[in-house]
Amino acid sequence: MFVLEKNAMTEEIEMLVEKYGKSRSSLMPILQDIQRQHKYIPDFAQQEIARLLDIHPVEVFSFISFYSFLNTEPKGRYIVRLCQTITCDMQGKKDVARAIERELGVKFGETSKDKKFTLEFANCVGMCDQGPAMIVNERVYAKLTPEKVVQFLNELK
Amino acid sequence: MKEKIRKGTVLFSKYVPGEGIKKALTLKREDILFELRESKLKGRGGAGFPTATKWTIVSAAVADQKYIICNADEGEPGTFKDRVLLHEFPELVFDGMVIAGYTLGATKGIVYLRGEYEYLKKPLDDFLSSMRIENLLGKNILGKKDFDFDIIIRLGSGAYVCGEETALIESLEGNRGEARNRPPYPVNTGFMGKPTVVNNVETLAAIPHIISKGGSWFRKFGTDKSTGSKLFSVSGDCEKPGVYELPWGISINELLDIVNAKNTKAVQVGGASGSCIPKTQFDRILAYEDAATGGSIMIFNENRRMIDVLKNFMEFFVEESCGQCTPCRIGNIKLLEGVNMLQSGEYTFHYINQLKELGATMQISSKCGLGQSSPNAFISILDNFKAEIFSNVTDSFIGHGGNNGK
Repeated sequence: MFVLEKNAMTEEIEMLVEKYGKSRSSLMPILQDIQRQHKYIPDFAQQEIARLLDIHPVEVFSFISFYSFLNTEPKGRYIVRLCQTITCDMQGKKDVARAIERELGVKFGETSKDKKFTLEFANCVGMCDQGPAMIVNERVYAKLTPEKVVQFLNELK
Repeated sequence: MKEKIRKGTVLFSKYVPGEGIKKALTLKREDILFELRESKLKGRGGAGFPTATKWTIVSAAVADQKYIICNADEGEPGTFKDRVLLHEFPELVFDGMVIAGYTLGATKGIVYLRGEYEYLKKPLDDFLSSMRIENLLGKNILGKKDFDFDIIIRLGSGAYVCGEETALIESLEGNRGEARNRPPYPVNTGFMGKPTVVNNVETLAAIPHIISKGGSWFRKFGTDKSTGSKLFSVSGDCEKPGVYELPWGISINELLDIVNAKNTKAVQVGGASGSCIPKTQFDRILAYEDAATGGSIMIFNENRRMIDVLKNFMEFFVEESCGQCTPCRIGNIKLLEGVNMLQSGEYTFHYINQLKELGATMQISSKCGLGQSSPNAFISILDNFKAEIFSNVTDSFIGHGGNNGK
C-alpha cells in the first residue's frame, strides 16, 4: 500500500470507530463496512483496527478467519453465493452451478480474471421454498434456472 | 400500512402496530409476567425453554444495564419463518422487544440479523425510524416516565453456530462465535456480562398478541404442553411450499395434506439437526412433547435417496462446526466419512455401529447444541431407512458392474 492509501484507510477506520464506538463489540460492524467497501480486509486495515480498538492484531485476524463472509484476500466485485443446502440441491442447484461456471469460465471457489465475480457456495440462505436461490452481494435471487441465472449475471456485467 | 396478505389464528391475526406496547404500559411488570406464565409460551427457536422463566429471572436481577437480544440468525436448513416475520410483520417483533424492555427494565435491544438477510436491514432500519417518530421507541416512550428503550440491528457474517445464544453473544462482543460453557446462563451473565434475554424472532412476535389479547386466549390454541401456534417453514417435495401458521399438535399427515405433498417417503422435522421421520410414523404430532421443531419441515418423496440427503446434512455440519470442542469437530468428520463409505459400499456393519455409538457420545459430550444435535440425522436416517440404505449399495454395485469392474 502507498502512504496515501494507508492514510486514507486509517481515516476511514477512524470514522468507523467513531460511528460504532471504541469498544471491542464494534469489531463486527467495522469489519463488515471495510469488507463491503474494499471486498476484503487488507493486513494494514487489520492492524489499524486493532490499534484503534486497543486489541491485538492477531485477535482481529482470528475473528475474520472465523466468519465465512469476511476475508483477507481480494475478491470480485460481485460475490455470488449459491445455496448448497438440501432443498435447493433437490430443486436443481447442480444445473444452475454448472451453468454459472460455464458462463463465467471459473469454478466455484474462484474469482474471475477481470475481478468481477467470485463464486462461492453458501449454506442455507433461507429461501428453501423458492429454490434454488443465490445471494449476490446483498441481493437475493430465487427460483433460479440455468437460463435465468445467466441472464441475471449478464445484467450485472 | 399495507394490507396483510397472510391470515392466521394467532401470530397472523389482526394486530394494530403499537397496540401491545400501549396495553403493556398500563400494566404492572408483575402482571405482564403473569400473563406470560398463563400463556405457557415456550421458546420458538427449537429448544422450547419457557419464556416466562427467562424473563422472570432477568427482571428480578439487579444490574445497571440489561439487554434484550432478538435472535434472527436462523441458519437451520429449511427454516425461513423469521425472514417472513421480519419482512412482513416487523411491528410484532419490535413491539415484543419494547414490551420486553419495559418488563425487564432494559433500555437496549439488539437484533442479531444473519448476514444472509442483509437485504432486510434497510427496511427494518426504516421501520425503526418510523417507530421513533411515533415515540414507540426512544425516551419516555408514549409519555411513560423513565421508560427509555431503543433497538439496534447488528449483522452476522455467515456462521451457523451463532444461532446458539452464547455464541451469538460472543459474536456481538467482538469475539469468534464460539459457545460458552453453561451455566452461567445469559440470564445471569450475558452480553457484556449483564443479564440478557435472548429470544427467537417468533417468540418475540407472540408477545404483543399475548399482552393485548391475554395469556388464556393464547393458551386456547395448540396442545396442553405446547400452547399457541407455530410457523412451519415447509420446503421440499410438495406443491405448496412456504410458511404456514398452524396450531401445535397437528399431525404430520395433516400437514402433508395441507401442502399437497404426494408420494412422501420421509419428513425431516427440525432441520438438519432434527430427526427424520419415515412414512410409518406420519401420525406423530408436531409439538414439544412429540416431534419438536423450530419450524423446519423438509419433505422427501419416493424418488429421493436418503443417503444423499444425509450426506448433504453431514457436509453442512462439518463446514459449520466451530471447531472448539473435539466431539463435534472430529465426530462430524467421522460421520461424514461413514456416509461416504455407505455410498461407495465399502463399509462393515461393525464400523457403522461404532459410528452410531460415536453419534450418541457426541450428543452427550459436545459443548453446544450444534454438536449435540448433529448426529440426530445420522442416527435417525440409518435407523429408519435401513432397508433402503443398505440395499441401495447393492443397486449401485449392480449398476457399476460390482467390484469386478475395478
